[in-house]
Amino acid sequence: MNRHHLNRMTPYLFMGPATIIMAIALFYPLLYMVYGSFRAWDPSQAISETEFVGLANYTKLLGDAAFWESVSVTLTFAFAVVSFEMLIGVGLALILDRNIRGMSVLRTLFILPMMIAPVVVGLMWRFMYHPTDGTFNRWFEAIGLPRVDWLGDHALLSVIIADIWQWSPFIFILSLAALQSLPRSALEAARIDGATGWQQIIHIKLPLMMPVLIVTMLLRLIDAFKVLEVILVMTEGGPGLSTEILALRIARTAQEFRELGEAAAMSNYLLLLLLMLTLGMFAFTRWQEARARRLTIRVEEEG
Amino acid sequence: MADTTYEKQNPAFYALIAALIFMSVGPVVLMFSNSFKLDIDIISGAGGLLFLPTIQNYETALCDILWYEPEHLEFCAIRFGGAFINSIIIALISTFLTLVIGCMAAYALVRFKFMGRDTVSFSTLAVRMVPPAVLLVPVFGLWNNAFCLDRSSMLGELIRDTFGGRGDVCLAGTHSGIILIYVAMNLPFVIWILQSFIVQVPQSLEEAARVDGAGPFQVFFMVVLPLIKPGLAAAAIFTFRIAWNEYLLASALADRDTMTVPILIVNNTSEVSIEWGVIMATGMLLAIPPIIFTLFASRQIITGMTAGAVKG
Repeated sequence: MNRHHLNRMTPYLFMGPATIIMAIALFYPLLYMVYGSFRAWDPSQAISETEFVGLANYTKLLGDAAFWESVSVTLTFAFAVVSFEMLIGVGLALILDRNIRGMSVLRTLFILPMMIAPVVVGLMWRFMYHPTDGTFNRWFEAIGLPRVDWLGDHALLSVIIADIWQWSPFIFILSLAALQSLPRSALEAARIDGATGWQQIIHIKLPLMMPVLIVTMLLRLIDAFKVLEVILVMTEGGPGLSTEILALRIARTAQEFRELGEAAAMSNYLLLLLLMLTLGMFAFTRWQEARARRLTIRVEEEG
Repeated sequence: MADTTYEKQNPAFYALIAALIFMSVGPVVLMFSNSFKLDIDIISGAGGLLFLPTIQNYETALCDILWYEPEHLEFCAIRFGGAFINSIIIALISTFLTLVIGCMAAYALVRFKFMGRDTVSFSTLAVRMVPPAVLLVPVFGLWNNAFCLDRSSMLGELIRDTFGGRGDVCLAGTHSGIILIYVAMNLPFVIWILQSFIVQVPQSLEEAARVDGAGPFQVFFMVVLPLIKPGLAAAAIFTFRIAWNEYLLASALADRDTMTVPILIVNNTSEVSIEWGVIMATGMLLAIPPIIFTLFASRQIITGMTAGAVKG
């Protein structure tokens, strides 16, 4: 009897600690933020002392040009970064998917940038972009090109390049893993039928890798909205607002301008944006899977 | 068969590989070599890789824990040692807690059918997309106000009498406060990644142990845990990496005594004239633990990464 009782409790005992911690430190704060976004909230106040202002924080943001600037910077950054990284990562995986000596060493060196603290990555790139002492401008001078004010005139581009450096390897490694787990028989059959390298890539490898690629892209896209430290160290959001992504703007609204209510409303907008993207991706994947299933069924019927 | 024979490639291929290695490792090497240079040499660009290395930058960075006083220093401005110890405490404890709690939860989600399982599973997945910046506002508010032991409550009074302080005991400004949010932040990821490893453990093994009279916790700790060691290693590295590198939430929660290394670095880069040598030495010290992990456990890292994406 006692034993039976214990068995029924087991899953809850296993699940308990994680549920409690996530409820206290993740879900409760998120609800608290939603609640706080409807209030005029100053960091020195407890939330019970604040005044209810309805949707004021949200509408104020909608009329705020700086907020829209920041949304557009965020979207530009995220989509630029993800598309270039997908291109580079998948491209390299297709090229390097060969049986060569030292592949594991190569992969080890490639994951190095991802493991280093974003703060340090920002530091390295800030030095390399330095207008007079930086590596790039020194190279440019050596070959007779004019100096470029990287973090001044091309701040967003410079930040995007740094992120591509750090995260392309992630996509490379995942797509390489996907490539190497493809069914050998399909590739073998294509080769026997005389498919060229390009035909193999376009008609066989890429379609078969697609599920993994979509998940990879989704993961990377979500992470691109989390980037903050690299940009903070490199440009602090400047010059002007040119690199102030939403995450950075939230942090500044809360810490410098001390407008917690507004920062909370902005956080909710960011969450909504992410939610829409994620749901969109999921819907797209479902649709594609359904289409693939229909195709196979039709092929089977005809065959 | 395939592992011993290597195809011969053309020279352009090797050139590409060399260029890639240069690009991915170059910045790290640059920072490493600059951290051994004096600021004058860094700015003049003299010498490239040929220069007389100096450990002066590291002495400046580590001045508060050195057993001797470096000659070139009059005042110890960067207190790296203290921040480093805070970082280690926070990263290690939060990694350990996340792993223990996370693998228990992952096991429950994989092996048991219980009420609310789908809800838990879905919400775990959903919170993975929440950026740390979104947590900044509520965490700042809660940790400073709601999650405080009031001066009037008995426990709060006891703590104040024992440790001194201003009366209210808050989570903000303590190690535990930062650890709590790191554990919560990393749990969804750890649960997700460990699920894909636990699924692979043959259920017959667990049943055999159960027939031999082991309770559910014995089965978990004696049978399942040893079998998912690679997954645990991967999860540990990723959790440690986030806890070790995180800046934003730590900067909102930490005070002078609980400051971590990333905060120290950001504080020192926001000045107009940066002391490149010292700050790069600090950055290098922060980067060393993750670099060591990468060199020795790259296989586990890659397994973890692919398990997270491919089997999600």
